[in-house]
Amino acid sequence: MNQLGLYLPGDSWLHRSPAAWKLGGMVLIAVVAVVAGRWIPASLGLLALLLLAYLSAGIGVKTLWRQVRPVLVMVIFIAALHALTRDWRLAVVVPAMLLTLVLVAALVTLTTRTTDLVDVIVRLTGPLRNLGVEPERVGLTLLLGIRCVPLVSGLAGRVREAQLARSGAFDIRAFAVPLIVAAIREADAVGEALTARGFDD
Amino acid sequence: MTDGTMSDISATEPTAITAPSSPPVPISVERVSHVFDTGTPRAHQVLYDIDLVLNERRVGIIGHNGSGKSTLIRMLDGLIQPTSGHISVAGYDTVREAKEVRRSTGFIFTDPDHQIIMPTVREDVAFSLRRSGLTKAALDAKVDETLARFGLSESAEKPAHLLSGGQKQLLALAAVLITEPTLLLADEPTTLLDIRNTRMFASLIADLPQSIVMATHHLSLLTGFDRVVVFDEGRVVADGTPTEAITYYKRLMDTELALRNPTTDSREPSRERT
Repeated sequence: MNQLGLYLPGDSWLHRSPAAWKLGGMVLIAVVAVVAGRWIPASLGLLALLLLAYLSAGIGVKTLWRQVRPVLVMVIFIAALHALTRDWRLAVVVPAMLLTLVLVAALVTLTTRTTDLVDVIVRLTGPLRNLGVEPERVGLTLLLGIRCVPLVSGLAGRVREAQLARSGAFDIRAFAVPLIVAAIREADAVGEALTARGFDD
Repeated sequence: MTDGTMSDISATEPTAITAPSSPPVPISVERVSHVFDTGTPRAHQVLYDIDLVLNERRVGIIGHNGSGKSTLIRMLDGLIQPTSGHISVAGYDTVREAKEVRRSTGFIFTDPDHQIIMPTVREDVAFSLRRSGLTKAALDAKVDETLARFGLSESAEKPAHLLSGGQKQLLALAAVLITEPTLLLADEPTTLLDIRNTRMFASLIADLPQSIVMATHHLSLLTGFDRVVVFDEGRVVADGTPTEAITYYKRLMDTELALRNPTTDSREPSRERT
């Protein structure tokens, strides 16, 4: 159900800590993972720490697995490539770094409401107001971007179904054109609805 | 008022539980015409010189696809500007004072996916109040109350796009009503719903204190309405009580079908009914 690391309701310490801290922590861990990532104890230690964080946030192994699965093929490929062509150590640290980055980002989105994340961004972009940036608009743009993922994937499914039903075969051009047209129509409709909900400025 | 009585069709009649109904929001449509894609070869007129003064609490708009219903109802919210003519809602001009109009108006679209913006149910309802200036505690309390009122408390943390069609439309309604509009506009709100959800939707809106203008193909929804207007090819062709208007509309369909297909058995068109 929760693809794409969507918020998973809960009451753990991670759920309760402020979104800004979690975002800050995420950036910190990402930086450490990249900078100190070549040192095997650090890279594996960080990964272990993250797994502990997952467990302490009450996130089940299943959900954890769902975060890893999409990148698994790539991670195995990279590990194999490094092991065969270069150093075995690289075959450990590079995949560990990738997993760390994916898992830390997923952990933040799993334990933080989208609204709270966007509020942090709105606050962070506040000082840019003087440069003509409208924080609320930045937030809204982010929200719409997130909103569009299920919308467009739903459209893609419908277009694919229609195509299979009519021709029984998959053709990339016959897929892309109606998808783009549908997406633009959908965007118009969402814009109109947003105006009706009073967010037109 | 909705718990446990979801299948109760008799609830389409306004009941005594209803909050003291506010006076109807006055709407006036003056000589309104609309042409889409003006000045291009694709230009086509959808509304011709519409004059309407609406002063009822429940107004229905019916008519075929392409008759101009949706265009008119969007104009009442300032979402489409008339090519000529003027519209005022509660005394505000829908073009010059669109913001004021929208502040006191809620809009329900046919496809709730278009108006649900936030990832979860709770967040979407709260989104409506994003600019209300309420404190977090007050906002949370109001959201909780609204979710409970629409039977959505259980789904509060669910991803909104995974709800069923009926629940999505409920969510859309909840997210609109939390802003306490005085006028509710609805463009075929039940077209994508099944019969059960359509009835549930009907019973929910019947109890609302708001003024409602609704375009629909579900003629049964109009029971208890004060006035129904029939559109055909961009013109008002009938205007009266639900019974009068619906009778006219059905006769219109029968005549059209008979003209199109003179050999058809006269019983044939009745299949199109309701």
